[in-house]
Amino acid sequence: MIPITLNHFLILSAILFALGIFGIATRKNAIMILMSIELILNSANINFVAFSKFNGFNIDGQVAALFVIILAAAEVAIALAIILNIYQNYKHIDVDEIKNLKE
Amino acid sequence: MSIIEIVFYCFALIIVVSAMGVVFSHKLMYAAFSLLFTFFGVAGIYVLLNADFLAVVQIMIYVGGILVLIIFGIMLTTKVTDVENISGNTGKWIYAGSALVAAILFVVLVYTFNTTNWTVYSTPYRDTTIDLLGGALLTKYVLTFFMAAVLLLIAFIGAAFIAKKGK
Repeated sequence: MIPITLNHFLILSAILFALGIFGIATRKNAIMILMSIELILNSANINFVAFSKFNGFNIDGQVAALFVIILAAAEVAIALAIILNIYQNYKHIDVDEIKNLKE
Repeated sequence: MSIIEIVFYCFALIIVVSAMGVVFSHKLMYAAFSLLFTFFGVAGIYVLLNADFLAVVQIMIYVGGILVLIIFGIMLTTKVTDVENISGNTGKWIYAGSALVAAILFVVLVYTFNTTNWTVYSTPYRDTTIDLLGGALLTKYVLTFFMAAVLLLIAFIGAAFIAKKGK
């Protein structure tokens, strides 16, 4: 067995990233797309922390990951507010059939 | 096989399987609960990478905040009388096409990762990273830190305003 190196973490994040892209492309439900975006953000975070550790403990990577988590929280709050509004107007959240924000 | 390898492969398996559960499951609620395991797995990977504070932040914000918000969103946007909350599949061609795109993306990423000659420095062992993180946040990144605080405030006020019923 190969010892755990930087590449292991990078490939793990690549798997997560590809799955997230696949989820965004194939789903029509807005919340499903939101969850796939979370997967992608997590994969980017794994990269940040892995580079931070394997670069002689450079803390900058962990700070960047922290800000990504903060932005993800803000993003989910706004996105869910918009999705709730869309649901009140359309009674569904199928992104293929949503054409305008206001009737 | 050392203990670190066993731990890494366990968490990697958890992450990959539950992420596939998120992407492929047909019911929204199952996808949300799969996402829970993905977040826990990523927190474990953080611990493995010596990022203890980040792991706690991951569990508190992602599991305690974002996931709860997402589950609230699912419950508020589906009718209770629905037989099942389907996650909405697109057609077969789009499915195959996006699988192809994702696979190509994955191959290109892995190829880049494997062929790049990363400069890896030896890592000194540290008990905790909280002191380093706090020092960086309050010296080098202090402006970004305040901007993030203001952004969060504005985002939450905006979210409450947008979601308000009956304007």
